[in-house]
Formats: sequence, C-alpha cells, structure tokens
Amino acid sequence: MSTAPAATATVRLLVGKVGLDGHDRGAKIIARALRDAGFEVIYTGLHQTPEMIVEAALQEDVDGIGLSILSGAHLTLFPKILSLLKARGGEDIVVFGGGIIPDEDAAQLKEAGVQAVFTPGTATGDVIQWVRTHVPPRKR
Amino acid sequence: MSAGGKRRDGTTVAPGRRGEWEETVLKPSLAKKPERDVAFTTVSDLPIERLYTPEDLEGWNAERDLGLPGEPPYTRGLHPTMYRGRLWTMRQFAGFGSAEDTNRRFHYLLEHGQTGLSTAFDLPTLMGRDSDDALAEGEVGREGVAIDTLEDMETLFKGIPLGEVSTSMTINAPAFVLLAMYLAVAEKQGVPLERLEGTIQNDILKEYIAQKEWIYPPAPSMRLIGDMIAFCTERVPKWNTISISGYHIREAGSTAVQELAFTLADGLAYVEAGRARGLDVDRFAPRLSFFFNSHIDFFEEIAKYRAARRMWCRFMQERFGAKDPRSWMLRTHAQTAGCSLTAQQPVNNVVRVTIQALAAVLGGTQSLHTNSLDETLALPSEESVRIALRTQQIVAEESGVTNTVDPLGGSYFVEALTSKMEKDALELIARIDALGGMVPAIEQGFPQREIAEAAYRYQRQLDTGEKTLVGVNRYTEGNGPPPPLLRIEQEVEQGQKSRLAAVKSRRDRGRHAQAMERLVTAARGPEPLMPLVLDAVRAYASVQEICHALKPAFGTYREGKVPL
Repeated sequence: MSTAPAATATVRLLVGKVGLDGHDRGAKIIARALRDAGFEVIYTGLHQTPEMIVEAALQEDVDGIGLSILSGAHLTLFPKILSLLKARGGEDIVVFGGGIIPDEDAAQLKEAGVQAVFTPGTATGDVIQWVRTHVPPRKR
Repeated sequence: MSAGGKRRDGTTVAPGRRGEWEETVLKPSLAKKPERDVAFTTVSDLPIERLYTPEDLEGWNAERDLGLPGEPPYTRGLHPTMYRGRLWTMRQFAGFGSAEDTNRRFHYLLEHGQTGLSTAFDLPTLMGRDSDDALAEGEVGREGVAIDTLEDMETLFKGIPLGEVSTSMTINAPAFVLLAMYLAVAEKQGVPLERLEGTIQNDILKEYIAQKEWIYPPAPSMRLIGDMIAFCTERVPKWNTISISGYHIREAGSTAVQELAFTLADGLAYVEAGRARGLDVDRFAPRLSFFFNSHIDFFEEIAKYRAARRMWCRFMQERFGAKDPRSWMLRTHAQTAGCSLTAQQPVNNVVRVTIQALAAVLGGTQSLHTNSLDETLALPSEESVRIALRTQQIVAEESGVTNTVDPLGGSYFVEALTSKMEKDALELIARIDALGGMVPAIEQGFPQREIAEAAYRYQRQLDTGEKTLVGVNRYTEGNGPPPPLLRIEQEVEQGQKSRLAAVKSRRDRGRHAQAMERLVTAARGPEPLMPLVLDAVRAYASVQEICHALKPAFGTYREGKVPL
C-alpha cells in the first residue's frame, strides 16, 4: 500500500461474513473499496462464527470490524460479537456493518454498540468517509 | 463520413440507404442538436447503437436463426401458440418461519390465483444443518422455512394435494434429502410418484460460482446429482431434476452475457454428468430446466432469453446429438432481479418489477416470480406479495402483450442484440471449455473472478453517477416512512428446536439406526443412493444427520482464498 495516504495507512480493518449467509457481493465490494482507499483490509471469507470473527480480529490486531449480514440474523450475531469482544478485551475495536437490516433493527443495534449500519444503496464513498472519521488507529 | 463505415464494435456498415440517411438527415440534425452526453450502454455495459437497420443483420438468416415458434432453434419461443395457448405459471417463491407458517402462506397464494408452489428454505436447511446446530443460531426460519425432518415436510404440505399442484423447491447442496422427503410425503398422501410434477433447483455448480451454499466438494456433489437424475428418470418421470440457474450468478453481480454463458456452461456439465452414468441424453435432458434473472435492462433481457433458447438447442443437437425435440428445448423459470431493487423509495420497486416481468414475458418464459417491493428491507409482507402477483396478472390479462407470439421477433434491434449476446456468450463458453469444462473452471476460480470484477465495476459506475439508480444516486428526495415489514419472531427457533427434539425421541430408533448405517456404507461405493436416502427420511432421520453421515465418504468443501 505504498500509495496510501499516511493518515489512513495504519488503520486495519476486518471485513467479515458471519453465519451461514453466502451473499458476499457486498462484503467483497466494500473490502475492495476500502483497500483501494488505502486501508489495510483482511477479508475473512464465508461462514464464520462469531468466535472466529473475534479471534481473527484480535490476532490481526485490527482497528475496526465491518460485518455483512443479509440473512436476517443480525440481531443475534452482532450482539454476540460485541459481547465476545468485550470479554476478550477488544471493546475498543469499532464494529460496523451492513445488509438487509430494517431501520428499527438498525436503531437497536446502534444502541447495543454497533457504530454504524449501512443498508442497500449506500455508496462505497460514504462507507469510506465514515471509516476515515470514525475508526481511529488503536493504541498499541 | 462516407456512406457506410466502421462502428464501435469493429463491424462495418454496408453502404446503402442508411449511409445516405446518415449523411443527409442525421449529420445536420446532430450538428444542430447533439445527443445527450451519456453512455448508451446496457446495464451490463454492452454498447447500443443509435439505430438498427437491415444492415445490422448481415450474416443473420431468418430461417436458420429465427425460425418459427415451436420449432428449432426456438428463438421465437417453445410453443407454437405461446401465451395464447396457456399463460406462464405464476409462481411466487414463499417460505418463512415454521412449516405451519409457510403452509398458511401456500394456502393464501393458491386462494389468490397462484398456479404453482415455490418453496424457500431457511439458511440452516439450505446448508444441510438442523435448527439446533450452533451455526443455525439466529437463522432458523428467517429467510425461508425451517425443515429438519419428514414431520416438518408433512406439515408444510398439509391440505395441499401433491398430485394436483406443481411444486418448486429451491434447494441445492441437500437437495437429495429434501426431494426424498417430498416423495415420502406424496407416498403418505397416496399419490403415485409418476404423477408428481415439480422442480428441484439442485444446481450445485452455481453454488460454488455465486450463491455459496455448499456442503461437499464438486465431484461427490456431481455424483449425488447423477444419482438423482437416474432415480427420477426411472421413478418420477415428470420431475425436473435440475433448475440450471443463472439467477444467483446475476445477483452476485455478473453481466447478462456472463449469466447466459455460465448458466449454459453449467448445463453442459450436467448433461456430461448424466451421460457419464451411461444414460442416453434423450432420457434425461428433457427434464433439465433453467432459471434466469430478469433484470432492468429491458431489451438486453429479452435478447438473453431468446439467445439462450437458440444456443441450448444447438448445443443439444450438435454437441450431444440429442434426437428428441424436448431435449432441445430450453424451458425456463424467471425471477425479477432482487439486486435491482432499492431500499430507498421502495414503492418505486413496483415499477422496476413491472418492467422486468414484461421483459421475461416478451422473452418467452415458462414461469415467473415477481419480487415484492419491500424485499431490500425484509421478507415480503402479505400485501406486497399480493401486489407482486397482481403485477403479473396485469401483464397477462390487461397489457395485451400475450395476444401474439414473440411480438418483438424480427425487430432489427432485438435480433441484432440476440445475435451479439449469443456470440459473446459463446466466446466465454469456449474459454471455459479450454479450462476443461465448468468444474475445473470453478476450481480455478474463473467464473468467480469474472463476476466479482463485473460487480465491482457496476458499483463504481453507481458511485460515480455513470449509471443511474433512481432514489439512490439521482432523484433522492422523497424517502417516505418504510412500509410495514414482516417480522419473524425469535420463538420460531425455540419451537423448531423442540419439535426436532420431540421427533428424535419419538422415532423408531432401530429403524433409524439401520437406515443410517446402510446409507453411510453405500456412500463409499458406487451404489445409487436415492432409495437409501428415502428409507432414512421415512425413518425420520434429519437433514443434518443425513448430510453429515456422508461427509466421511464425500469430504467437505472449502472455498479457496478469495481474491479482492
């Protein structure tokens, strides 16, 4: 990433697909767009459990986790990941996500600690901008 | 510019009236008022010319390439009278919650004039897992109906005479189990298997390519499909054994040409698999059906359906020497494009779906699902499903497009576009053939890469405004409140887990253990598995028990590293 701007070069992100959901079009597009914007991006691939996501996030020492869920299981999977992060001392990792998520549920997720929820139709530029302003490099 | 000339795609325009027109009429007009400053391309980026005239059909032969409806190469449609004889089957995909919930929706749809059933299963079922599996947490009954054992299947079709409806089941990796369950329900209803009509998707290749719901690696998966084809050919002759699906390929972000090429290439691989089992092509090919997406680019979609029929007919005749005209016919279901719908201003989706439904009908589809306006937000509500069904009924009975067969046949534009898509798709299929066919192409990640590239390109075009999505990147004012959404309650999961536990404790243990043991042993050898799977489901073995039991013999598929 030699062309990456210095301000974002140190921000590391995990883009993940959690649960059985195989819809990876959005996750791959977002992962690639974030990478092209200069972030370091690790894409988990499909069918990850919450435990696997948290393990990977800690191993890779990321600053933010972006999760894509199109299966309707968001109210189960996001909170589980947040509580696992907390239990393992990773609560300062910023968690955000996207998918088929009704407004009501998005509000509930934000209350639970998901920092942003992006629904279909979001421009990749908006996600990049949000990450730039909301995902600071963690103190290491 | 002199009369005639070179065009963007490299073909030349013959001099003639058109050249004269360009010189004397077009040029002065453009000088006075230039064209709009936009790219005239399809949603898939295929360049479209200003005007199509007979010059665009050079090399095209009406008798050979168009023909008449009901005759090879079926460009104009499979049947001589098309929708004057019989309308397409209006088949709305439905499934959510428990088997009881979905059974109620089925009865509702049948009462509202739907003519066939189509079952959506939840993700755990699609992945061959039971409702009590750890990975199923939060997913039970969400995207479709949860089916664990034969008992759920009995509930799902309660009060629905299986000898009288045709049923489509959208399931792939564990298709062999769900088909066995359907057959067992028919037995219990006293319906002979020969009378059953329906389709099981059973298209595993597109799972590796696009939808990613797999269990076993490609080779054993193809063996299971071979077993099912062989079983149904003998015992369930009216059943469509595979619905070769471009739908998901397109939803994953492919272009129309990629959808066409990869779907037909998958079809070729299934025909090879059937032949490899020693079956005569004409015994099983008539029961292969297709499933295409109907996206928003109206003429590109119409041309895609027409090209698909012509290409399949020629492949079957030339590559496989099929003699039975039913083997030559590409019968297809169509569904409007979920990925084209927007969460913003969702009522606009009704208009998108109408255009897409019309494209599928003008393309000559045999059955159609129209999406509901709220699908980017949640599973569709009853009201939005009704609007979607009404959309089909308006197209069928008010618009007048069903009055004549292939109303667009002979249009310079439509014929030229049909030929162009055929040519481009044949080139892609030749690349797949060069890799050794679709299975090796998948193992090398070829279609996956092509699709990811196209998906990313389209997203960039939306981001830069090069392509318009109304309500998303243009005309964004006027987002009203969201429509009322269908909620799936968490209780479904608990209820389903208890039902599964109850079945497991109630079933005849000896019979269950014996059936499972025979299946596990047989999987290691060449014995056809379907009769044994039937025995296992009759003994109330669960979906996961059966899928899991075959893993030692078959292995588990893992996707290779995904390039970004």
